[in-house]
Order: sequence, then C-alpha cells, then structure tokens
Amino acid sequence: MNFDFSDDQKFLKGEARKFLEANCPTTRVRKVLDDDAKGHDAELWASVAAQGWLGAAIPEELGGLGLGHLELCVIAEELGRAVAPIPFASTVYILAEALMLAGSDEQKRAWLPKIAAGEVIGCLATSEGPGVVTGSNLQASVEGGKLSGTKIPVTDGDIATLALVLAKEGGKPGLFLVELGAGGVTREAVKTLDPTRDAAKLTFSGAAAHRLGGAGEGFDLLEQVLDRAAVLFAFEQTGGADRCLEMAKDYALDRYAFGRTIASYQAIKHKLADIYVKNELSRSNAYYGAWALNTNAPELPVAASAARIAGCEAYWFAAKENIQTHGGIGFTWEMDCHLHYRRSRQLQLVAGAPRVWKERLVSHLERRNAAA
Amino acid sequence: MDFNDSPEEAAYRQQVRDWLEANAPKTRAHESDPEGGDNLGPAKAWQAKKAAAGYACITWPKEWGGQGGLPLQSVIFSAEEAKYPIPSNPFQIGLGMCVPTVMNFADQATKERFAGPAIRGEEIWCQLFSEPSGGSDVAAARTKAVRAPDGSGDWLISGQKVWTTGAQFSDFGIVIVRTNPDVPKHKGLTMFWLDMRSPGVEVKPIHQMSGGSGFNEVFFTDVRVPDSQRLGAEGDGWKVSLVTLMNERLAVGGASGMGWAQFLEAARKTPGLDGGAAIKDSALREKLADWYVQAEGLKHTRNRTMTALSRGQTPGPESSIGKIVSAVQMQDLASNAIEMLDQYGIINDPELAPLHAGFQGSFMFAPGLRIAGGTDEILKNIIAERVLGLPGDIRVDKDVAFKDMPTGR
Repeated sequence: MNFDFSDDQKFLKGEARKFLEANCPTTRVRKVLDDDAKGHDAELWASVAAQGWLGAAIPEELGGLGLGHLELCVIAEELGRAVAPIPFASTVYILAEALMLAGSDEQKRAWLPKIAAGEVIGCLATSEGPGVVTGSNLQASVEGGKLSGTKIPVTDGDIATLALVLAKEGGKPGLFLVELGAGGVTREAVKTLDPTRDAAKLTFSGAAAHRLGGAGEGFDLLEQVLDRAAVLFAFEQTGGADRCLEMAKDYALDRYAFGRTIASYQAIKHKLADIYVKNELSRSNAYYGAWALNTNAPELPVAASAARIAGCEAYWFAAKENIQTHGGIGFTWEMDCHLHYRRSRQLQLVAGAPRVWKERLVSHLERRNAAA
Repeated sequence: MDFNDSPEEAAYRQQVRDWLEANAPKTRAHESDPEGGDNLGPAKAWQAKKAAAGYACITWPKEWGGQGGLPLQSVIFSAEEAKYPIPSNPFQIGLGMCVPTVMNFADQATKERFAGPAIRGEEIWCQLFSEPSGGSDVAAARTKAVRAPDGSGDWLISGQKVWTTGAQFSDFGIVIVRTNPDVPKHKGLTMFWLDMRSPGVEVKPIHQMSGGSGFNEVFFTDVRVPDSQRLGAEGDGWKVSLVTLMNERLAVGGASGMGWAQFLEAARKTPGLDGGAAIKDSALREKLADWYVQAEGLKHTRNRTMTALSRGQTPGPESSIGKIVSAVQMQDLASNAIEMLDQYGIINDPELAPLHAGFQGSFMFAPGLRIAGGTDEILKNIIAERVLGLPGDIRVDKDVAFKDMPTGR
C-alpha cells in the first residue's frame, strides 16, 4: 500500500507553499478584489509560469516539465490555500487537459508550449444562462467554422486568449477552440460573488472556431475534461478548507469570551471537529481521484465525482463556519474570511454544481451495480 | 501512488492466503446453542489453529508469545481472513486491550500463566470499566475496593460495572475500582485483574433496545482479590487504563453492514413516488451520492493509515474519524431506507420484508453504535483536543475529593 504522495512531490508542495506565502499573501489577493479593472494578478501569473507550474503535467517535448498529474495536485492544493487570484484552473486544469486529451498533434503543438510558457490564458465557455446547459437548450452554434452565440458567465473570459467553447455544429454538440483576440468576439466583464477571479460575458458573431475532438462528441468530451479538472479542483478546495480550519482554530484560541478562550467551549470545539472530519473525507477522496487521474484508470469518472462532491462540501462548510467562529469581525471586509467564502462558492459552481455531480455519480453507480 | 503491496507485504500476503486456503473454514459454523446462548466452540477452535500457525497476536512481542510482526501484517491477515466464513471473534477485547495491560504491569509468573491460554483462545478476558454512573466519564467510577479487615492485604471489591462485552463467557477480567475516595477522582483509582468465577461476581445480561443481549451488567459483592492481582501502583489505575485504551486495535477494519450499495439495490426494487423505481427519486439520489462519498472517504482514509503503517510510521490523526462518520451514516441510511418503503417500512419481519430486514436491524442498532466506544460527542472532543490542539474542557471536579463530588443519577 502506497496511497500517498512521494517525498519529491511533498517537497514540491513545500516549495509551492513557501513561494505562495512570499508571492501571494492575502494582501496581494485583495489587490484584485478591490480593483474592478483587475481580472487577475498578472505579476503573480508570470512568476507562477516562471516556476514551471503551468506545464507541470505537459510533456517535455511540448514545452512542459513532463512531471505528471500528482505534481499538479500538490500545486493545486497550495493555490487553493492561498486563494490565488490567477487563471490557473481555466488554463491548466481545463484548457491544457482538453488539449492533451483530445487535441490533434497540430493543436497540441500550437498551444501547449504557449500554455507552459504562460503566454496563453484559457477559459471554458459552456454556460449560456441560468440553469444547467444541456443538449436541448444549447444555443451557440458553429457554421462553416464560424461561431455565433453568447456565453455567460465565462470564468477568466475577460483575460483569456483562447476559449474552449461548447457549441452545436450541424445540430451536434462539439467543443471548439476560439482565439479571443481575433475578430467576431465582444467581451464584457461580469460582476460575480468572487471578484478575486475574472469573469465575462462573451458574445460571438462569426468568430473563427476549430473543433477539438470528433463531431458530436461535445458533451462526452466535456465530461472527460471536467472529470480531470474535478480532481484538481478538489485539491484546491481541500487546500482552501484546511486554511479555513487553521484560521478558525487560531482565532478561537486567541479570542476570549466570558473569561476564557472560545476554543475551550464545546460548541466551538465540536464545530471545528466537524470541519476536520469533512476536510479529511475530502482529502481522502481527492487522493483517490489523483490516483485515478494519474493512472488514467477506468474508475476516474466515479473517483472524480466523489472527489468533487467531497471537495465542494468541505470547502463550503469550512468557509461558512470559519466566519461563524470569528463572529462579527468575520463579517467585515477587512478580515480574510470572506475571501474563502467567495472562493468556495466560485469553485463549487465553476465546473458544475454539486447536484449535477451527484446525479452523474449515482448514474455511474447504477450502471456499475447493474453490470456487477 | 499505488495500491500495491511492497515485495515483502506481497510475500506475506501469499503465505497467509496459502495457509488460509488450506486451513480456514469453508462454511459458517453455528454459533448459538438451542437455549440461545453462545457456542464458543468454533471460535475457540479457529483461534487455536491460528495460534499454532503463528497468526494469532501477530504484533505482540515474542516474549509474550506473539510473532513480533508488523502492524501491517496483522492488517493483511485480517483482510484475507475476512474473505472466509470464519467464526465470530470473542477474543478481541481480551487480546487487544486486557491481556496487553496485564503484560505491561503484572509479574513474570502471571504473564507466563496467562499469555499462552489467551493467545490460543482457551481463556477469554473482558474489560470492566464503564459504570452506571459514568460511561464517558470512566474516571468517575464508584465501584470500590477496600482492604480486607483480616489483615491479609487482600482487597474486597463492591459495586457495579455495566456494558461489559462478553462478561457472560469470560474467564478473567480487568477492573478499575476506587481505592481512595478522599482524593480527586483520577488519583484514587486502582486496576486489578480477577477471575470472573470469584465468589461475589454476578453477571446479568442487558436487554438492549434493539432486542439483543450482547452486553452485561456485572455486580460485585465483597469479591476478594489478593494484592498480587493489582496492576500498577495503588492510585495509578487511571494511568494503567490509558495504557489499556492505547492498545485498542488499529481502526483499520473495513466498513460492514448495510451501506450505500445495499440501499441502491433496494431502491432499484422498490416503487417510488411516480410508480417507477425509488432510485429515480432525485432526493434519494442526492443522499445516496453523499453516503457513497463518505464511505469512500473512510475507505481511502484507511488506505492512508495503512500506507503510514507500511512505511513503519505511526498513523496520523486521520484514523480518528472512522466511527463518528460511520455510526451517524448507519442511522441516516437505515432511516431513509425504511422511509423509502412508505407504510410498509414499519414492518420488522424478515419473512415479510426480506430485502429490508438488514436496514430495520441497523435502524435499531445505530443508536447504540453512536454511543459505544466513545459517543459522537466524546469523539469530537478527542478530535478537537488531541488532533487540533484545542483546550480541554473545564473540569469542575478536578481538584475535588471524589467523595465530595456532586452526583445526580
């Protein structure tokens, strides 16, 4: 049994933590929070690229470090802990994974080296309005290689250079690569619950679109991409949730009420124990997802769903109960609690809400159970 | 990251598999006699067989008659053994907690007398800690021991223990008693071992709310115990009990009973809200997903624990979350499984509801599981204090002599 990260991977995690403590304190995160014109921390993005993290899982011949997904998992956990205000997930977990999964050799050669070098920011454009996007309500369409339609919200849509867009072509759903700097694209920034992350409304009117993968495979491919991304998101969420627990614990140990630290009251102790339990369940599910992702195991869809559900639950619970533990001060703009409250919600929705994943998980279990 | 055995572990597993294939029972033995008591024959025979082959008490030091093996070897053996219809294990509490305590504190002759028979399953031990007045608060024990007036130095034990697993068939027990009521509660306790057949010991089964009787009340009336049966110094009983509790077997056992898979199976075969199968009910699907995620979380937490063992490390605090999650889930899952049946859910007859008898069983047992071996609340305290490092509760009885402690029921 070797269900743990290697010493090298743990070393990388430690280095990532040191780097982010130096380069991404919450004072830096707040510069993006407080400035409506700022979609991300461009300086941090450049230094993260210089660390080689963007290409950690990209093969060496395509400009990456060729390490693997386990390395990406430990980096993701640290980014989550730091509430990093950069388009790492959109670019690395989603765009790069989609290219590695389904890109043609030409597409891979064109984009992966640029992603690894930090020259490309990605985004995923699927949502078109309230509710879940499905084959029956999907409007965006591609005709003769030209995309028309509206996508909202698109995380990192305002700063991205290359979008992965879900659209119909000849009535069949497909995933398309669209260069946002070329013609036929209008972008409008969108206000969201998490201003430390960029979001936009993208309107396409005849933008050049290149299909990724086969015709009609849009939703299948999207599921596969999101399975891979879900594992990495789960590490971000676990990292954020652990940070919330630390914040709550540190505060509870320092805060006195009725003549004793509030950490000595069972109401607070049990609350923090509840957070701890959820965080451990999240971590263990994320580990299994990491194993499935790294080995490309057939268990990946189930493992990724479980990791995502546990990650969403743990981070949300830790973020809200962290504020509760802080009391009134936790509700102020100046305290960092709301950074996690916001980010937990952003991560919970960006790759599909938990109830969508719960439905997917149970469908998988039903099929597995029927086959057994 | 992988789930493979190391070469040494694989070799050990193969050796265990070969031995089990040749020696393990192929059919489940009948373990109740016609009067409803316990037939320990099959369990004792299996334990003796394991002992002879060196598979009992694998991690015990060789000087106690164990194998001096690694914790992971014990985990491997248990996992492989569980694949066979082996008898129940009435030796667990004795070998996991009581006898190691005796080994730590008794004299050489006592150790030699008890180790072998315990390992071979010839003698069974029970642990007499909980009392009617103190379940979570074991140190509040009222059962007392006083020196016999005859000047022999013997002790006379009087009082009552409760929730004693296996007392009805145990040969020996370890008991924590109050020897000094004039000092604060933790300081006035002493531990002894005793023969469960001593005059003055009376065992009465407890009728559980679930209908069964797996536990007992044990009454002591002037039970004479020589001072040579004291474990640790007079007044050190609490410290000795901590050694006992530290010997609790590693919480790496697999989940058992009615889980998400059984629920899914039942939901496929039960009519739901619109006449289709209940599994189509989205509320149930969401819950099923949550239970699956919790069960997987625990399974992979155990894998992390085993990884630490495999590397020769002490498992981290993550292993402390098991019971708190599984006991609550058992109750929630059983409750929902019963609710799924609508009016029919009230039926508790395996002949009328064969698919669901297990859920009705766990519905009635779950309240006990949430209390046994540390209540939900005590386990949360343990996580808060030992894992997260939060302060202990304020103890109003800490500096009060036991005899002056306020008591209620």
